[in-house]
Amino acid sequence: MSEAGIQIGVARTRSGAIAGPQRTAAPVVDEAAVHSALTEVMDPELPMLSVVDLGIIHRVDVGPASGNGLIRVEILPTFVGCPALELIKSSIAERLGAFGRPVEVSATFEVPWTSERISPAGRAALLAAGIAPPGAGAAGSIPGGLIDLEPRVPCPHCGSRRTTLENLFGPTQCRTIRYCADCRQPFESIKSV
Amino acid sequence: MTATAAPPATALAELLRSMADDEFVIGFSDSEWTGIAPLLEEDVAMSSLAQDELGHAAALYGLLGELTGTDPDALAYDREPPEYRHCRLLDHGRGDWAMTIARRFLYDTADVIRLEALAEGSWAPLADLVGKLVREERYHRMHAGAWLDRLARSEGEPRDRLLAALIVLAPDAATVFTPIEGEAELVAAHVMDAPMTELEGRWRASIAPVFGDLDLPMPPPATDPERGRLNHGADFDWLWGEFTSIRRADPGATW
Repeated sequence: MSEAGIQIGVARTRSGAIAGPQRTAAPVVDEAAVHSALTEVMDPELPMLSVVDLGIIHRVDVGPASGNGLIRVEILPTFVGCPALELIKSSIAERLGAFGRPVEVSATFEVPWTSERISPAGRAALLAAGIAPPGAGAAGSIPGGLIDLEPRVPCPHCGSRRTTLENLFGPTQCRTIRYCADCRQPFESIKSV
Repeated sequence: MTATAAPPATALAELLRSMADDEFVIGFSDSEWTGIAPLLEEDVAMSSLAQDELGHAAALYGLLGELTGTDPDALAYDREPPEYRHCRLLDHGRGDWAMTIARRFLYDTADVIRLEALAEGSWAPLADLVGKLVREERYHRMHAGAWLDRLARSEGEPRDRLLAALIVLAPDAATVFTPIEGEAELVAAHVMDAPMTELEGRWRASIAPVFGDLDLPMPPPATDPERGRLNHGADFDWLWGEFTSIRRADPGATW
């Protein structure tokens, strides 16, 4: 690391903020920078998942890169009545507020959020936390059609497929409760919607 | 989607109000089971169902509020009992578990048919929302269907109670499809794909195999079908007293 690099690092630590007085160029606010910032905003009910991994970011509009205009973010609610929605919106607004521009976060049903939108990294994070990621149960099926009541969702603890559905509903709107007959553990799985 | 003229606002408001009130009232009825359901798992399930339905009601009141310039909370909490437009099927008190399952099955199967008739509609705000609601409602339909099956196939008290519940509720089941004032304009504007009487036919066709399989009597036609969303009784007055108690004690309260 260069001498200058160390100095900047120290200055940042002391000031407690990234935007220190040493900065000469204004930060670039483009879509990539906003997306990167959004990967730091975690879902309050599934705190191992960022809003990006959860797949709820529908549209980001930063306007002209040189401008000081509004940053607009549209998100897709996972469930219509999700009680965490307001908290998610304010968390996003707070994080993006660091760009020094006005931020507007709104929810839309323009396209439905589906469980297929959870990223591969998000699925891995769910599994690591003991929550079975959504299966292919609803994939390709008719939106209104019934899905298999007891798809063999693999146990997130031992991988066994000898699991049963205990409850279609769970501790949050997006989860069901299942049981593994091999490791004898109850576990939660994300609903396929 | 092809551009169409703005849908008739008065009829659209009537449709939204009926759907929102249905979801709101069944949501509050279901929440009555929180803490006292027959199984712990059903405590969780009914509470989550109630949360879903109240969320659906909030979204529908939101659309109605935008259309009419009214505060959604005021729509939900500040009306007098006769101003609610939920169907008479949802007017009966909670009753026992069989009553709840029978009501849920009759309502959920009808709601799915109604949503499907709106899913491709020309008014995007409603069609978009319905696209999402349909995906959630199928879990409700699966839950009610599994319990209906379980009660109907258990000879003795479970089946007897289910049959008794159906005697009370089935005559009101078709009130979900009470014609909406101005409905013909909604069909002409392609907001919904058919009039309510046709949707009732689709619903009957959809439940006939289940009722046949379980040897349950099919719901009779609604009595006084034109007034299926009016004349709410004492059970609704009681529920209204419960869900408005905080707003009446502290007008304008939010939480």
